[in-house]
Order: sequence, then structure tokens, then C-alpha cells
Amino acid sequence: MRDQRSSFERAPAGGRASSAPVLSKGDEPTIFELSVPSRTSWSLRNTNIPEYPLEELVPAEHLRSTPPDLAEVSERDLVAHFTRLSQRQYSVDTGAYPLGSCTMKYNPKVCDAIAALSGLADVHPASPPSCTQGWLRLFVELEEVLCEITGMAAVTMQPAAGAAGELTGLLLMRAWHESLSSRRHRVIIPDSAHGTNPASVALAGYEVTTVASDSRGCVDLERLREVLDDDVAGIMLTNPNTLGLFEEDIIDIAAAAHDVGALLYYDGANLNAILGVTRPGDMGFDIVHLNLHKTFATPHGGGGPGAGPVAVSERLVEFLPGPRPVRLLEPVGRQVAPLPHTAGPDSAALATRDSLPSAGPDGTNGQTSHGYREGDRFGWSTPERSIGRMHSWHGNALVLARAYAYILANGADGLRRVADMAVLNANWLRKRLRGVYDMPYDRPVMHELVVSAARLRKLYGVKAVDVAKRLLEEGFHSPTVAFPLIVDDALMIEPTETESPQTVAALAEAMERIAAEVAEDNGAHDARLAPRTTPVGRVDEALAARKLVPTWDLRERQQTAG
Amino acid sequence: MTSWAPHTPAEIDEMLAFIGVSSLDELFRAVPASLRLATGLSIPDGIGEPDLMAYFQELAAANAPIGRDLVCFAGGGAYDHEVPAVTKALASRSEFVTAYTPYQAEVAQGVLQALFEYQTMVARLAGLEVANASLYDGAHALVEAVNLAVAATGRSAVWVSEGVNPRWRENLITIARARSESHVIHIVPLEQGVGVTSWSTRESSADATSEPPAAIVVANPNFLGCLEDMERASALASAHGAELIVAFDPITAGIIESPGSAGASVAVGEGQALGAPLSFGGPYLGLFACSMEHVRRIPGRIVGQTVDVDSRTAYVTTLRAREQDIRRERASSNVCTNETLLAIGAAVQMAWLGTSGLAEIALRSARGARYCREALLGIPGVRLAATAPTVREFAVCAPVSGEVIVDRMLDEGFLAGVALTREIAPQGFEGGLLVAVTERRTRAEIDAFAAAFEKAVSL
Ligand SMILES: Cc1ncc(COP(=O)(O)O)c(C=O)c1O
Repeated sequence: MRDQRSSFERAPAGGRASSAPVLSKGDEPTIFELSVPSRTSWSLRNTNIPEYPLEELVPAEHLRSTPPDLAEVSERDLVAHFTRLSQRQYSVDTGAYPLGSCTMKYNPKVCDAIAALSGLADVHPASPPSCTQGWLRLFVELEEVLCEITGMAAVTMQPAAGAAGELTGLLLMRAWHESLSSRRHRVIIPDSAHGTNPASVALAGYEVTTVASDSRGCVDLERLREVLDDDVAGIMLTNPNTLGLFEEDIIDIAAAAHDVGALLYYDGANLNAILGVTRPGDMGFDIVHLNLHKTFATPHGGGGPGAGPVAVSERLVEFLPGPRPVRLLEPVGRQVAPLPHTAGPDSAALATRDSLPSAGPDGTNGQTSHGYREGDRFGWSTPERSIGRMHSWHGNALVLARAYAYILANGADGLRRVADMAVLNANWLRKRLRGVYDMPYDRPVMHELVVSAARLRKLYGVKAVDVAKRLLEEGFHSPTVAFPLIVDDALMIEPTETESPQTVAALAEAMERIAAEVAEDNGAHDARLAPRTTPVGRVDEALAARKLVPTWDLRERQQTAG
Repeated sequence: MTSWAPHTPAEIDEMLAFIGVSSLDELFRAVPASLRLATGLSIPDGIGEPDLMAYFQELAAANAPIGRDLVCFAGGGAYDHEVPAVTKALASRSEFVTAYTPYQAEVAQGVLQALFEYQTMVARLAGLEVANASLYDGAHALVEAVNLAVAATGRSAVWVSEGVNPRWRENLITIARARSESHVIHIVPLEQGVGVTSWSTRESSADATSEPPAAIVVANPNFLGCLEDMERASALASAHGAELIVAFDPITAGIIESPGSAGASVAVGEGQALGAPLSFGGPYLGLFACSMEHVRRIPGRIVGQTVDVDSRTAYVTTLRAREQDIRRERASSNVCTNETLLAIGAAVQMAWLGTSGLAEIALRSARGARYCREALLGIPGVRLAATAPTVREFAVCAPVSGEVIVDRMLDEGFLAGVALTREIAPQGFEGGLLVAVTERRTRAEIDAFAAAFEKAVSL
């Protein structure tokens, strides 16, 4: 019998139907499989511009022979595809995300709404300062509150994430030593440090010296002193450290570093625990990076964007990346012309700190000793001995706006409550899980705790990763697995302050249930098979690395090659 | 105070009792008393949502955004291309927005598959085999590409065209300065009046042969909007056994020869124009693609397709042994957090444009730029600063400086371009103005722009 179907029904490739049963375990086709040649969804402005032929516009030798092949889909199919993908994704908005070190707290919607304001989102970064007074004020005010929160003197907003902040901080460290004609080669980091720390040290041209932690999980002061000498440029720490423990010897550590002329660097990943309680600047740190996408609740976007501003003590301010947003100084008692659009501040009788001869504030209310005072207008200024630039423009501005909104909403009282509740949740959880999981460093924690599944592995062959996968079935994102490296079968749990006591209790119950189950007959077997209720089951990572398929085209090529 | 911590006073008391402490303060006993803030932070107490919103509206009102206040003729690495409702809607799905890096693949297939599709599309744009899952921005992508070339060749010299975005070059130099033994950056100037790289000036220098370069870095189109002689750049790279790194633009890529077919082994770019607002410069999107031979040196994350235990298609981050959390100080890069959400938005935007749409906006931008250029060149005293062929962006000189033109045209409602000030202009192009025209500029806007321009340069 004749096949009555239309050609599009019989098409062997492309144009897969775009519909799926609710919450299925079925594959989601790629956008390329939904694609049908000459289907379109774009729609553009009617401009009435003469339709010059391409050949007249661009010489032939520069042209591409065919346009790059992207997907060709209807808007409807496009929306269905990405909506279904979003349904295959766990997120903070879906549920608890106790991923240690990542501070996956709730991201307030009002901050997103603020970042979407046209007056913020639609500003071109090359606009003259007269068009960006709102943005410049935001940067400067954010700098001022971050200085207060960290106890530091100034902040650069350029670094786009924590790791970029680390590199910036290390370049500042280098510039400082070089300004003293001191050539140093090593940076000390504890063995519990995050991987970005040593990687950034290497990128900054330094060698890493690792110092082992002591039996209490903190920096071993004696061992630290042994490796400290005048070849050491600095020490990188996070406090509380990656075990969630406060470095109680921090004052002595800072003194030891400063005694040999080294600087102390603060990895701000764990700042959430100490907001309003204590400050890195008071502990003796010279350089501090902040992860706004952790502590200050900017959403992490499935992997980014973030923002990693770097705060420094007074002696490092002159090395900061430029240009920096600054409050312009006005001559006291003189009339100031309106702010010109593009020209430098001098034409309006305005100045910046950098443009006045060593004009430091004399301490009283923004007054300076040169007859200038800080006004209400803003501009750019590049510090005399700036290390240079660390971003294509000024920093991840919309992330900065969200963080500033979060800080203003919380205020001093709210930020202290953040630390209180984060530490309360973590310590409650620690108490609940004691005896259920091993706690290699068994003492009160700050905002997170690290437990070990080593006993489960020895007795039943169940690894930390198996526990993590079982938790996914229980409706929780898993804790961080296998970090810090100094704990065998580590599970690093950070409940954050935005999870209710009920949710934290449910997490504890789930973890207890898993541990109990593993000890039963088939429990170990079940854990190793987990997760079974997720959109896909346990993923074959080894195959992904062995037979690399990073694009749809390489997949197609490999399939034709057999 | 606004607080997003849900604990009630009764719950707090109960939790403290369970822990066995009598107050919240006691939870912080590990913090030495001398370090505790006696009276808390000296910032105001918190405010509620309506007051918060009102304050930020005030800040926003003190800016002059594109669309509301200004018509945009500025580019220089940030462009006013169409961002449709569909891109905004899908890129703000909160499942994407509020997820972390996909460490647990089984509950992150959404982000992972979106990144796989993004990588495929970026690789196609670049004409290369693989792309990573994003870097911070164009400058960061450039820095990582140079690091890759230095590591791959074991050489230290890098020849960078002055046509590469000056801010990206500055970022590169900032970082290279710290590693002066392994990174020796030579900037190669542009030909005066023409605007394309004058490679012969570097080739004839004394150290050119004694110290062959690890990489030749060229932007196409370059910062002045000019199309470079890619055959020349590619031949130069081959002659020296150097990597060819091409900074490309994802929009003009719709019609211009791809980096890969021009001989590049690494392509980098700024992906903002693929669906992100101007955002005062960030967050943007670093595009990074390379040939398969360099796949094990790629910076940052790569998503690969694989299967799950039941042989169903699945996605996971792969070649993890390159990354900082495993390789530590020997990692190919320190990057951890990247720009995933922007990459997902770019994937949506590229799929929305599709094959024909990308070519169409590139063509329309080129038409608008041609129309605008002719209108400006009809103004007495205005001439091209660089005569090489251009696509979307071009540089002009006028009797007054670019800075003054921009200044004067603000009151007419135009952001006239990017002024080629001393800080950013390639040598010999100081004082000019860089004008960008996207597919969003209408004939009426350009006519009004030209009229205002004439007034601005003749005042
Ligand atoms: C302790 C620590 N340091 C540094 C980083 C790096 O920060 P980012 O991912 O923002 O680059 C992280 C992030 O996971 C971290 O947990």
C-alpha cells in the first residue's frame, strides 16, 4: 500500500517532534534534532535602510562561504525545549542546596528585579560619567559598605569571580613587594585550601608551599613558622577555614606573616559565617576577596556569573586596578560648574584623590587637607601605581547591583542575623549527625561542617559519592564531595541561613536514613545504584573523558565513523 | 530589617538548647574576644522591599540608558543588538538562574545539555572543533588563549596586534607582567590611515627570528572595525610555527570568514551581543574555541555527552583533570565560576536567530554602517580614520575630537560612539571616534544622527 504520510512525517533526520510527557525519564532531543531547514523564529526592526547587496559591502576574500549552521526552530519549539531542560535541573528555587563552600542561600527576587531596571541594565559601559552617575554612585557606595563589612580601606570591583579576585590579590601582593624592591618567590597555603588558591598562585608567577593542618584542623602555627622566611610573599587563608572551623590562632598567624614582611590574603568564600561578628581587616588580613555570589546572595546562574571584588588595606590602595569609580572632590567654598559630559574632573574645578598631591583624608567627614571635600558627584580615577586592568570593562556590574541591594535590605542588623542563623543551622546539624557520620574534627563549627563517610566505605564499600547520590533521591542537592582533600570521603555540608529548621531537620533525617540503610542488608547495594528517581541515572564520567563528545558535530562524526 | 532567614524566636531557643549553648553569641566563642565587633557594623539597619526598590529607581534615574535616553552608536566591545522577549524569558528561568555549577550531573541535565548545545554553536561560529562552557569576558578569553599558546609551544614571545581591543590587551599585560620570563608581549602597530596590522614592523625587528613567537594574536574585525588580512596573519603564524589566535565577533561571524577557516587554532571573543543587555559592562561572556589538538589544555569547564547506567544519553563536565580542584597549581587555568547563565542565554539567542537570522543581523548591521558612514563622510571635515574594509563599526576623524563629539551629541539624545582617547586609541588614531551601527538602527535614526553630527563638528 502507498505510504500516505507527508514527507515531514517520514523525514529520517531533523524536525523531531517537540513534546514530552510530564516529568518523564525520556531523553530531551538536542536543539539540532528539532531543527528543520529554513524554519525561523527571528523578528527584527523595520529600518528602511537601503538593501545594499553583501558583495558591495564586504570584499569577497573576507566572506564566509556559507553562514554558520545554527539550529532552525520555531519560537514555540525553542521555548518548549529550554523549558523542558529547565525541568531537568535542580536549583535553589527547587529546594535545599547544602553544597559546602558554595553558600547556596536563597536569592531574593527583589534583587533580580533591581538588576533588570532599564536605568541599570541598558547603560553602555563606554558612556561618559555624566550619563552614569547612578552607576558610579552605586559602585562607590558598595565599596564603602564592603570596606565596613571587611574592615579594609578600599575595594576594586573588577574581578569577575572568586578566582579572578585571587589572581588580582596576588598581583597586588607582587606589586607591593616589588615596590619595596623585594623579590619573593613563594606563597603559603594550607592543605585544606580550595583548588583555585594554588592555581591562582601559579598564574601570578609564584610557587606554592603547602603547610599541613594540625590535628585540630587548623593552621599548624609551628609548622607555619618553619616555612616562613623572607622569600615568602604571602599566606592565603580562609577563616573560617574549609572545615568550617575558625582559625583561633589568627592573630599570631598574622603577626608571624608580617614579621617576615609577608602579606596575609583572605579567601572570602566563607565570609557568611562572620558577617557583623568580626572582620578580616581586624584579624590582620591585608587583601580580601569576596564572593558576592555566595555571601551576598547573587544567583549563581548554573555556574556563573559571579563577582569577586578585592578589598585591601591602606598600604595597597595605590596599586589597585584602574580606572576606579570615585567620589569627586570639590573645592571648599568655591562654586562648582555643572559636571561636563566627558572632559576630566579638572574642568569643573573638581579633583580626585589621585590628582591632588598626596591628599589623604584627614579623618573628619570626608574633608581633606587641601581645601577639597568629597562631594556628591562621581568620576573615574586610576591609581598612580595601578597594576592595570582585570576586566574588559568595570566588573560584573549587574551582579554588584544585586549584592548592594541585598546588603541594604539586610542592613547591619540583618547581616548579623545572617551569620547567626547560618552558624545556628550548621551547629544544630552537627549535633544531630554526631555518631551517625564520623566527624574527623569534632568541635563546634561555624557555617558548615565536614563529615566523613570513610567508615561506611570500609565496612560496606559505600563511598561519600554514593551517599551524595542517595541524597538526590531524597530530594536534596548533595553536599560537596571529596573536598577538602585532607578528609577521607568528605561530605561538606553548608545548610545556609535561609533553610528553615524543618528543612534542616529533614536533611538530617535523610542522612540518618541513608546511613542506617547502608548498614542493612541491601542498603549498600541501593546506595551504589543511586540515584534512580532523577532525570538520568548515574552518569558514566569515565566514558565522557575516554570518548570525548564536546559538540553535536563530533558526535555525528563519531557515529558515522562507527 | 529585611531577613530571608526564616527562624522564629521559639525555634532559635529550641535549637540553641539542643546544641547546648545558652545564646547565639556563644556559638561564636571560637572568635577571640579582641576580634569581636563590639557594636556591630556601622551601616544602617535594613529596609523593606518598597524602600529598597525606590532607592535603586533613584540610582537608575541618574543614568542615561540606551533606549530611554540615548540612541546607541557606541560599540568598542559592547553592542546594542536585538534581545527578544524569548531570550530574556528563557534565560531568566529560575531553575537555570539559581543553580550552582553542575557538580551532580544527575540533577543538572538542564544546564549541562544547554551548555553542550552552546559549545556546539560556538564551535560552529568559530569554525573550530571544540568550545568550552564560557569564560568571564573577552579579555579573560584572550588571556587564557595566550596562556594556552605559551604552554603548548614552550615559547614566551607573543605578537599581539594593536587592533585587539585595548582593554583586553591591558588585561593581558597586567597578568603577563607577573610572569615576565614566560610571557613577553610585543604589540604590533596598525598601519596609519589604513587600520590593519603592520606585521612587517615586527618581522623586521632584531629579535623576531631569534625568539620565534608562541602566538600571533589578531582581531578580525579589529578594534577600529577593520577587516584584517587573515592570509597574511596565518602565513606568518605558519612560518614561525606559532599558534594563530583570532579574536572574532559572534555577530559579524554570520558573514565573515571564520577564525578556523582562516587558520586559527584558538578563537576568542566577547559574547555579550548574543542576547545580553549592555549591563554597564558586565556580566558578559567570554567565548573560547580551539582545535582538537589543544583540548587537554582548554581553560575551564567542558561538557561532554555520555550515557547513564541505563545507556540513556546524558551530559557531564569532562576532562576534569585539567581543572584547579584536581590539578591545583598545575591546572590549565584557575577559573572556577564562569558565565554559564550568559552562555545559556547565548544558546537561546543563537537558536532564535538560527542560521538565517545571524547572517541577517550581520548583513543588516553592515548595511546600516554603510549608510551611516556615507552620511557622515558627506559632512565637511569628516573623513575615515582607517580606510580598510569594515562591517559594523568604523572610525572617523573630524575637526573636533571624538570626546567632544560624544559630549555635544548627548544633549541631542545620541551616544555617538566610543571616543578614541589617548588611553585606548591605537597609535596614530588618537582623537578619532569609533561608530557602531547594529541592525537596530533605523534610517530615520541615522539621518537624525548625521544631522546632529554635522552640528557637533561645526560648532
Ligand atoms: C574556598 C573557596 N575559594 C575560592 C573559590 C573560587 O571562587 P569562584 O568560583 O567564584 O571563582 C571557591 C568556590 O567554589 C571556594 O569555595
